[in-house]
Amino acid sequence: MSPPVLEKTFQASDPVLQDTETFEVNLGPQHPSTHGVFRMNVKLEGETIVSLKPVMGYLHRNHEQIAENMSYLGSMPYTDRLDYFNSMSNNFGYALAVERLAKIDVPERAQYVRVIMAELTRLVNHVSVIGFLLNDLGAFFTPVLYAFREREKILDVFEEVAGSRMMCNYLRFGGVKRDLTPAVTERIKKIVRGFPKFLDEFEGLLTRNEILCIRCQKVGVLPYDLAVNAGITGPMARASGVNYDLRKVDRYSIYDRFKFKIPLGKIGDVYDRYLVRILEMRESLKILEQALKEIPAGPVMNPKFAALAKAPRNFKPPKGEAYGRVEAPKGELGFYLVSDGTAQPWRYHVRAPSLINLTVLEDLCLGHKVADAVIILGSIDIVLGELDH
Amino acid sequence: MLGVLRGMGITLKNFLASYVLPRRPDSLETGGIVTVQYPEERLPEKENFRNFPFLVFDGTVDNIRCVSCDICAKECPPKCIYIVRDTDSEGKPLKRPKVFDIDFTVCMNCGICEEACPFDAIFMDHEFEIGGPERQKSLVYHRDDLLKSTAHFQKIRPTDFAAIEERRKKDAEKKAAAQATVQAAAQPKPQTPPSPQP
Repeated sequence: MSPPVLEKTFQASDPVLQDTETFEVNLGPQHPSTHGVFRMNVKLEGETIVSLKPVMGYLHRNHEQIAENMSYLGSMPYTDRLDYFNSMSNNFGYALAVERLAKIDVPERAQYVRVIMAELTRLVNHVSVIGFLLNDLGAFFTPVLYAFREREKILDVFEEVAGSRMMCNYLRFGGVKRDLTPAVTERIKKIVRGFPKFLDEFEGLLTRNEILCIRCQKVGVLPYDLAVNAGITGPMARASGVNYDLRKVDRYSIYDRFKFKIPLGKIGDVYDRYLVRILEMRESLKILEQALKEIPAGPVMNPKFAALAKAPRNFKPPKGEAYGRVEAPKGELGFYLVSDGTAQPWRYHVRAPSLINLTVLEDLCLGHKVADAVIILGSIDIVLGELDH
Repeated sequence: MLGVLRGMGITLKNFLASYVLPRRPDSLETGGIVTVQYPEERLPEKENFRNFPFLVFDGTVDNIRCVSCDICAKECPPKCIYIVRDTDSEGKPLKRPKVFDIDFTVCMNCGICEEACPFDAIFMDHEFEIGGPERQKSLVYHRDDLLKSTAHFQKIRPTDFAAIEERRKKDAEKKAAAQATVQAAAQPKPQTPPSPQP
């Protein structure tokens, strides 16, 4: 049987084809490219995006309300679950807020341990984000598994010090839960020594790859003004040339002691975001090297507050408010606390970088193709646990 | 074109190296294959690894350390612990739990119960293969399921065990000394043995 023959071939000038409609597509909520349960309501003209509405809330867990009915320490394990890729940074931000509220000093060694953990977290986050970005581009699983190979080593360290690979729950008000043993310090040093070699290899695989360049350059450009006006922070803002890094601006903890640079992008496209993340990892390694060299001996917990862990309900910070913020790998992560003098915070608010960085998604995607929307979302680097807290 | 070829060279190098370099369960410094074939192969257990909690007893099962003070149940962030105090035949409360249930479907392995316990009675276990045939009953662990000996604790976490035992010994000595002074204060005159002759 011969195939059916079309009676008429359509031309572009045909009035039937010119009378087109916009086509509405839902990307998600269970689409692998959305990095979780997140929906994009996309209106298409052909394959070009004319409107994009993010729909979120599928993972809403009432995080703030739970924390307001919980002792201060009780919220610490919940902060792990905000951005589950880097729980140490979340712990860090929350601990800073409570320490500012209750005016708790942190011993020197604990400060260094915190910085080391926060920077290791940044490495974990950035390698996985780049891996997933390549996944979104269609380079399935080779880059992401190279990234996970390195991530695995760092997660082993986290398991050894904190007890859990991802839900670390490691920081305490006035210090950290457990000291670094010499064996763990050696392990971290080994990772830091080996990481640049991996980064070189990773960059050799990706940075000059023509396909990656074609897909990423001049795609999803975030102009400087928009980045500033929308309150974008983190690597995404720095890729647009906004020189804003809390480690330099706020100089929280002991970041003023380390020498490192802030890599900045020029255009603010997906490629710049990728490059800024690679360069940031190299700067993180510099911080780690310095911290591991300078780390002093001593206690890791303020002795006055060591008993606090034994009775979290008895910890009642004075009346007042505090805002603790850190440069989390995704941007400015802030915890705003209001205390009324009881054992539970009266108000607890999280400024989640994923949520605020996502607000510009439509501006970045307009005029691009559907396939580009996926990589733009990947380059924004959202984690739904934090977005929908 | 050059970049693509270079990338392919790197993947080829990694592919070949995975056959040569040491594999993961044998050596943690990876280079070779990272994936561990889980049920057959396992990674070495880390001492500080924490998972679901268990209750400790000294020696025999009757000698349970928990005094059912309810502190862990109050501090537990997701509130997964439920305790009822035991009573004797006359209804007087005893210092041991009658019911001690932990709902492992709710527990989030944070370890705050272990930190909050003033009696060193609850610790985080290394056991993680607790899957059951259904969701409700097999994951609510009762008192007798949770009880494990101090020997088990010593086996899984020797460093913590040594530190805690040392502290407990010191506390016991201090307590004994304090009790001795209290007794001495209660009885100011030295005890004289009863005279043999009436």
